[in-house]
Order: sequence, then structure tokens, then C-alpha cells
Amino acid sequence: MMDPQIDPAAPLPNLPGHSSGGRLERILRAGKFAVTAELNPPDSADPRDVYDRALVLSEVCDAINATDASGANCHMSSVGICSLLTRAGYAVIMQISCRDRNRIAIQGDVLGAAAMGVQNILCLTGDGVQAGDQPEAKPVFDFDSTSLLRCIRGMRDEGKFLSGRKITVPPRVFLGGAANPFVPPLDHRAIHIGKKIAAGAQFIQTQYCYDVPMLRKFMDKVREQGLHEKAFFLIGVGPLPSSKTARWMRSNVPGVHIPDAVIDRMEKSKNEKAEGKQLAIDLIQEIKEIEGVHGVHVMAYRQEEFVNEIIHASGVMKNRQPRRAPRPAEPVSVVA
Amino acid sequence: MYAVRLWSVRHAKGLNRFYKAFERVIVALHPVWNKIGYEKVERPFQVMEKATKGFLFDCQMCGQCALSSTGMSCPMNCPKTLRNGPCGGVRPNGHCEVKPEMKCVWVQGWAGAENMGDLGKIQDVQLQVDNKIKGRSSWLRVVRMEKKVGEFAPKPPKAPPAKKPEAAKPDTAKPAASGEGKAA
Repeated sequence: MMDPQIDPAAPLPNLPGHSSGGRLERILRAGKFAVTAELNPPDSADPRDVYDRALVLSEVCDAINATDASGANCHMSSVGICSLLTRAGYAVIMQISCRDRNRIAIQGDVLGAAAMGVQNILCLTGDGVQAGDQPEAKPVFDFDSTSLLRCIRGMRDEGKFLSGRKITVPPRVFLGGAANPFVPPLDHRAIHIGKKIAAGAQFIQTQYCYDVPMLRKFMDKVREQGLHEKAFFLIGVGPLPSSKTARWMRSNVPGVHIPDAVIDRMEKSKNEKAEGKQLAIDLIQEIKEIEGVHGVHVMAYRQEEFVNEIIHASGVMKNRQPRRAPRPAEPVSVVA
Repeated sequence: MYAVRLWSVRHAKGLNRFYKAFERVIVALHPVWNKIGYEKVERPFQVMEKATKGFLFDCQMCGQCALSSTGMSCPMNCPKTLRNGPCGGVRPNGHCEVKPEMKCVWVQGWAGAENMGDLGKIQDVQLQVDNKIKGRSSWLRVVRMEKKVGEFAPKPPKAPPAKKPEAAKPDTAKPAASGEGKAA
């Protein structure tokens, strides 16, 4: 059903039951194993920094996540990255964090994003400002991720702003929420995701998974609730560059759980970097066998060049044509 | 107070039962509030509500209390004021990402819901806070909601605009409604 030549960012005709015209939704609804990847936002105003990174990712993923000041660190904005990427024909997932903008700003951004060709939006709470490089900032949190999902769903399905004012052309977006199955309250994480799904989440991207048994327990609960039939689950995976970074991540990045066994495995290897890559490949192969998992979300912080290798080696794309960027990833002139 | 707040979560079931009884009483007293005027009783209610709920739950007077849907753990004490559940930053020991010395409000919330023996209400999706009514009494708001008065009065079908002061409901609904809007 998929034409590999079609522009992944161009709105496709809406299929029955689809809420966006995007490629990611089509892949998932067609029952294919989806791959999404996170683009590390540049600390620069040069569009080439975005295009260079997107080019490596686009060959092995169905959509690129544009992060919204993740870790509460300041980088190029998700709206900015999406504007560049949609212009060059990439499929993107725009992340919206509740930390930095209030409801007025966010609803406006959703319309702007949809107008640029953004087909997927991931609604996040956002890390606290204390985690970032500017802890003296004022945290906003006007929405939480669930009420944000509810709001955008209302904009899309009812064609209304929160105020009830009509939106003449509603944003056709596929909505996602985040899950962290690896932190307390472990027993209730699945039910909590059910709440996000009730509020409008159609796909779920999880935090880094380094603990497959723990993920299995979570997915058992997900299946008990039948949530895997109501939303698509994409599990977060990423290569660890070294055991030192792994230790740093688990004590400094909020919500990252890395078992000792994983760090031991890294330390015992001769080449930690290669081991980290192999670990990611092994994880993907284990994860894809879990019932109810619909894809993986690769987050390779400052290691984009490995994503291609990892995805190919894991074999998850083997039945599908790796995609190239449909247009040259040269800086695109602002004036059409 | 933090210790009292944790006690309240442990006793969520009893507190919820007590509140439900209390709610029935204040709802039944609607004719009294109505006679005195909701705006007149608003201030004493605020003081009472702040004192009791402040003591028991560290209530922040958001004006739209959701305690019975949050396991009696006040979500406004979450540094991110999350009203629908925990964020992904909860520490392995169940403490808060932002305030490491504090137990996560939502880990507490789920525990409270279990104590209440009701995992249903905590799954209701809570909408974003209405900042206009911060500081106002959410008890009185519940009464108005139950009795459909004030801002909850059924809206009259679109009548021709303006200059019809002696229409259906002269005293009860209209002044309360406009007072609500201007209060904040």
C-alpha cells in the first residue's frame, strides 16, 4: 500500500479511521514495525546543523522526533526544527513540553505546526527546570501532558480552542504520549498510560529501556488492560557510549533506569563504544518479540551516526525499504 | 505540614467518607447560602477551607479541589502541579525529581487511592486548572455545581441580546455568575 516515492511529509489523503495524513500513522496502522529516532537539537542558528543530522536518521526511521528543550536545556526549538524539516520533506514528531509555555502559546504552536506539515505531536510533561542549564527559570506547567493531549484532541476532533472558539481548519495530527515503565509507581504505570490514551494518546513512546524484564512486566499490564489495542507502543532504545556515561546518566538524567548488570557488561568489554552499540541491537531484538510492542524509538545522544548501523543490524527494517530524504538536505531558502 | 499530609493519604478512606458526609450537609444547606448570598459566604468559607485543608493536605486553594480523585494527595503540591499522574522523573525510591527530600505526590496519590479501595476515580482525566478561581472556595463551588446555580446555572437559550433584566432568573443566577468572573 505504501509508495516509497511519496514525500513523507506531504499530507496524504486521510484513510478511514486515520487522524493524520502522516506516514508514521500509516506504517503503524498497516501493522508494520515502526522506527522513530530522536534528533539532537543544535546549539546554533545554522539550518545545516539540523539537515546534517536529519539526513543520517531519515534513512532508517519513519519519523524524526524534534525535542523541546529536553532535560530543560536550551537548544534550537522543536517548532524551529520542525519548520526546517517539514520544508525539506521529512516526517517529524513535534515534541511539546508543558514546562515552558502556557495554554495560549501551545494551542497557537499546534496550529502553526500543523500548517507547516507536522503530522505527529508528542505531548510531554517536561523535565523540571532544576535538571537543566538554567535552573533559575520559571517553570510554567499550565497543562500537564494528559490535559495537553485532551486539549489538542479537542482542537482536532471538535475543531475548537479550549475557549470553545471555532477553528476553521482543524490540525490533522496523530497524537502521542510518553511512558516511563521503569520508575515508581511501577504497579500503576500501565493504568496511568490508560489515562493518557483516554485523553487522546494514539501512540506511546517510552523512556530508555535497559531492563527488558521490567518492560515485560509493564507490557503484561498493558495487555491486561487491552491498551496495546488502543494505542501503538514504541519502546525507547539508545546506545550507551561508555560505562562512565551510563553511571552519569542514571544519577543525573531524571527517570533513566540502568541496571547494574548493564553497566557491568559495558565495563567488562574491551571496546565500550562497540559494546554499547551491540547492547542496543540486542535490546531491540528482544523488545520486538514482546507482544503489544509496535516499534522502537531510538535516542542516540550525540551518536546519530550509529543509528543507521543499529537499525540495520537489528533487522527490524528488513522487510522495508530504507528511506532517503526526498529532497536534498541543503539549506532551504526561506522565500519560496 | 508534610507529616500530616502523609497521614492524610494513609487515612484517605476515612477522610473521603467524612468529606462526602460533609458535602451532603453543605449541599443541603444551599437555601441558607442562597439566602445570605453566595458572595457573602464566600470569604468565611475560604478561611475555613484553607485552615482545614491546609492543615490536612497542604491545600494550595486551587479552587477546584480534586482530592477525592487523587487519593487525597493534593496534586498542587507537585512542583509541576500535575493533576493527572506522576511524571517520568520519579526517583527509584519514589521521591520527587524536583524536590528529592519529598515523596512523589502521585506515588502517594496512587497509594491513597488504594487505601480508599477505589482505583476508578483516579483514572478520570482532570482538565487544566482554571486560574480565574484560584483562592476561591471549592466547597461552595461544589454546592453551586450540584444545585446548578451561579456559574453553573443552565444558560438561557440565545435570547436577543441585552436589555432584558427581568427575564427568567433575576436574583440568584446572574449576580453570582458575574461576580465569579470578576473575582479574580
